[in-house]
Amino acid sequence: MSDSILETSGLTREFRGFVAVNDVALRVRAGTIHALIGPNGAGKTTCFNLLTKFLQPTRGSIRFKGRDITGLKPADVAQLGLVRSFQISAVFAHLTALENVRVALQRQRGGNFDFWRSDRALSVFDDRARALLDDVGLSAFVNVPAGELSYGRKRALEIATTLALDPEMMLLDEPTAGMTHEDVDRIVALIRRIRAGRTILMVEHNLSVVEGLCDAITVLARGQVLAEGDYAGVSANPAVVAAYLGSNDG
Amino acid sequence: MLGFSRAQSAAFLVMLALIVAAPFTLYPVFLMKLLCFALFACAFNLLIGYVGLLSFGHAAYFGMGSYIAAWTAKTWHLTPELAIIAGGLTGAALGTVFGWLAIRRQGIYFAMITLALAQMNYFFCLQAPFTGGEDGIQQVPRGALFGILPLDNDMTMYAVVAVIFLAGFLLIHRVVHSPFGQVLKAIRENEPRAISLGYRTDNYKLLAFILSAGLAGIAGGAKALVFGIATLTDVHFAMSGEVVLMTLVGGMGTVFGPVVGALITNSMEYYLAQFGSWVTITQGAIFVACVLLFRRGVIGEIAAKLRISL
Repeated sequence: MSDSILETSGLTREFRGFVAVNDVALRVRAGTIHALIGPNGAGKTTCFNLLTKFLQPTRGSIRFKGRDITGLKPADVAQLGLVRSFQISAVFAHLTALENVRVALQRQRGGNFDFWRSDRALSVFDDRARALLDDVGLSAFVNVPAGELSYGRKRALEIATTLALDPEMMLLDEPTAGMTHEDVDRIVALIRRIRAGRTILMVEHNLSVVEGLCDAITVLARGQVLAEGDYAGVSANPAVVAAYLGSNDG
Repeated sequence: MLGFSRAQSAAFLVMLALIVAAPFTLYPVFLMKLLCFALFACAFNLLIGYVGLLSFGHAAYFGMGSYIAAWTAKTWHLTPELAIIAGGLTGAALGTVFGWLAIRRQGIYFAMITLALAQMNYFFCLQAPFTGGEDGIQQVPRGALFGILPLDNDMTMYAVVAVIFLAGFLLIHRVVHSPFGQVLKAIRENEPRAISLGYRTDNYKLLAFILSAGLAGIAGGAKALVFGIATLTDVHFAMSGEVVLMTLVGGMGTVFGPVVGALITNSMEYYLAQFGSWVTITQGAIFVACVLLFRRGVIGEIAAKLRISL
């Protein structure tokens, strides 16, 4: 009946009397870039943690591709094609850029419990890994340990690693946070390129990025959905303006 | 060679040459003890160095391996290779249970749970009739390898222990450089990220734990046959501490570090024995110096200086 890929109803998470996410009904349409915005502490990251099962919801349900995933483990959700990135750049610091991407690619082999086999068995993924690194502009850093890359390049590497899983849906937690202008432009261009055939839900503070990139926006404030719609509609909403400027009791 | 880098191959050949040459100049029983502890430390390093798990109760697997190898060799008259395998399987089985319980927690809690379980195991060994309590299991026969080759001669026994050590060492190296090892390193670096890539990390941690405990059991079993004795010392928490010390002094997360660490601590015990309790004080001082001055351990620091991996 609907073309939504991810849907939540009544999603709630309480931490000892504090309601971080309250009765959120989110609907992300397949093939769109959907932004989740809101002031600090609005529950955006908690929401991400709930959607990817890193946190258990107190109440409510989550459906992905029509399937109830509320009771699944985080690794299972990832295997279904719902893959997240993290707010702080999450790379494997002592592994090279190539190895970082390859760890994601080798998921296709299945369990990877074969401790008796040489890791030369993984070299079949090298070409694909190089192609992915090339795609995010890291071809010069293939053999550099990820920990030595600049912040912007770490984020690019993280996206390459996520893309290696070829996920149907990507959840990006502040992909441009703390970046220089050039890096922001590079990431935005990258997201535009990789969106084909995918759905992206992203938390983003940079409103100009949201304006240029996103098809739909959900505004969260104090754990609740404050407004929904496209950029023009949402930015004209007085409740949103008040939440961002903290007019009365912020 | 064997998946070693060039520097590692050179180091491996040096180690091999030393293992072959050493018994002609040094006391073979001391060298066998050294090799058993080196294997124990390498097994421990598999967990702390490549998965980032600090087990504070590895004496449980080492000691139970030692007890079971001694008991089966003495009571059932198992041949030495079978007794040592029985020790390894016991270590692995105990590691399955303890590991399954412990990996549910992270960091210091993980260490505390492994310590608590190892202490329970210690009291079990103290009370259980088959271990001989305070006396331990004594006069364990070395037997004949495959029922053919008597091991009473120290040089013959040394050859067997050297082969066991090398096999264990190479197995660990293979585990680290396998598709499985690659996932382990990812978990060590960033567990939530590994989960978000679709890996059920608990399963990987548990398998690593079982492998480590099994190899610790083999090391314990070999030691029991070398000395013909299995005692409470092997399951005591001081033994758990000693393996941590060896690995940190040598350099955790390096291939050769635990071996060098075992060499340093055991040599100190052996050559400083005449100074009595000074051994403990010297060990303590070295440990403090290591933590303060070269955190990467002896091999870790050398490797970092030369910009190679050892």
